[in-house]
Amino acid sequence: MFPTPIQNWNSRSKFIYFTLVMFTLVAWLLPLVIITLASFMTADQLNSGGRGLNLPSPLSIDGWITAINNEDFRKSFLNSFIIVTPVVIISIGLATMAGFALSKYKFRGQLLIFAIFIGGNFVPFQILMVPVLRLTQDLGIYNTKWALIMFHGAFQTGFCVFFMRNFIAQLPNELIEAARVEGASEWQIFYRIIIPLVKPAIAALSVLIFTFVWNDFFWSLVLTPASPDGMLAPAGLSNIIRGRFYNAWNVMAAGSLLVALPPVAMFFVLQKQFIAGLTLGANKG
Amino acid sequence: MFLLPAMVYFFILVIYPIFGSFWVSFHAWNGTTFQCSDGRSLKDLGAEEICRRIPKMTWVGLENYERFFEKSPRDLERLKDFWMSWLKGEAPRFPRLSVETKVLLNNIIWLALFPLSIPMGLAFALLLNQSPTWVRLTKSLFFFPFVLSPAVIGFVFQYFYDPNGPLEGIYNYLGWGSGIIGDQSKATYGIIVAGWYPQVAYCMIIYLAGLTAIEPEQVEAARLDGAKGFTLLYKIILPQLWPATFIALVVTMIGALRSFDLVQVMTGGGPGRGSSDVLARYMYQKTLFDQDYGYGATLAVILFLIMLVFISIFIKQIISRESGR
Repeated sequence: MFPTPIQNWNSRSKFIYFTLVMFTLVAWLLPLVIITLASFMTADQLNSGGRGLNLPSPLSIDGWITAINNEDFRKSFLNSFIIVTPVVIISIGLATMAGFALSKYKFRGQLLIFAIFIGGNFVPFQILMVPVLRLTQDLGIYNTKWALIMFHGAFQTGFCVFFMRNFIAQLPNELIEAARVEGASEWQIFYRIIIPLVKPAIAALSVLIFTFVWNDFFWSLVLTPASPDGMLAPAGLSNIIRGRFYNAWNVMAAGSLLVALPPVAMFFVLQKQFIAGLTLGANKG
Repeated sequence: MFLLPAMVYFFILVIYPIFGSFWVSFHAWNGTTFQCSDGRSLKDLGAEEICRRIPKMTWVGLENYERFFEKSPRDLERLKDFWMSWLKGEAPRFPRLSVETKVLLNNIIWLALFPLSIPMGLAFALLLNQSPTWVRLTKSLFFFPFVLSPAVIGFVFQYFYDPNGPLEGIYNYLGWGSGIIGDQSKATYGIIVAGWYPQVAYCMIIYLAGLTAIEPEQVEAARLDGAKGFTLLYKIILPQLWPATFIALVVTMIGALRSFDLVQVMTGGGPGRGSSDVLARYMYQKTLFDQDYGYGATLAVILFLIMLVFISIFIKQIISRESGR
């Protein structure tokens, strides 16, 4: 193991190590601590030079209440949940099928198709912007949740295919061969054998896709700019909260923390799945 | 059969639009005028008639691209003069540049500085690659900024950088009255530091995963040969971490070019015209606010072509791995 495990260190080094880690951690989280403090301050304190690393005095939850009481902002939260769910189902469903086809069948152009899915993942959103915007206008879903569901569903499918193909490729071929010999149809193989085996991958992907889509800002600004019925929470924060409470930093701070809360909570609960998803492919060349 | 639905869906919404943008970039279009698909004007349509509306765009060839690079030679000359006199030890004023040049320059600064999150992430990973329970808890606290929305991080740092905020004392000491992101020459750097926040966390987690995969025998053998500390890190550990480094590098470079959210939230490209703007955000503004769809698409194409370099490197790596199996 590298570096040397601290169990083998002398106690002085252990103490230095502990101090160093704690010091780094405090410095690392400082911006978040400061914004949390700000969310509990009154507007008076914030405007009279209290914006530094000060304790809120008096302690106030006005910022939180104002942010939560804003109906449009609440709506944007609800939108986020409504939009994320179908996106997770669509993209993982389609990608599991495609990943199965790309890893367990052999046909011409296989690698090319896989490469296109991967490449599509990394293109800048800006090059898709004008045509996707036009498409949603033509379909009459511009400024609605459907626009975001449709686009994110497709875009996240690319990432999921990349992930699923690599995951399914590691499953043993013998299982599939054996089922085929016993006369199972390809759909039966998919349902009975593949789906149960990829459950860990589905869990890891769901957590990741939830976070990616929850945090989307660009597409919400482009596809649902004028609609509290369609926009996602980060756009709600920027368009609604900042628009109405400009310079009210306690409201802004509380709003930011509210938007951050769901993915953070999800991360702490499902940490294992999250990190497994993120680090796939990081240790093999 | 299994592949078709994903392929069709992905091609319509991701692959086809790439070509669509190329097509629009050779046109002038304000995003609001339309005509019938058979060429008639919408006004000539009878009251009961309907027709398929398509954009009424004018073909301009490469004009949009010429417009983008129009001022480049002049600005390059100015920048050259600036650096020459700076090298001579004078204190020249930074030259006035066109917005396009500033945007490109800022993208280059992002590409140069954003990857510093990789060594920082490695340093964190080495610091935290220990097994006691309290260290493992600490790891999640170091990592969780990664799951924050970039828009949230933008607000957090906007507050953090506020001229009357936590850094006020430092600003007073340095004489930076308008703070970091309120100053034309410093704004980009301030935003990049905010961008490091989630990216360092990401690189850290990638390296932690890489460190667990290192073969203990090799490390022990090297230790017996007397290798220690940095020598061991440099000679044995880093080469074995190459797959992690490669992924971190590609993701970070692409992330650097993708930077939109932070710039939009923290400065909106300003202060002034384009002092902290990048292609990704300038394109958004040109298209939707200045209603210059053709030029916006051109900016997107230029960004795409720069990014294609990194995308192809990544795809090439993956394909060579596949065929080596």
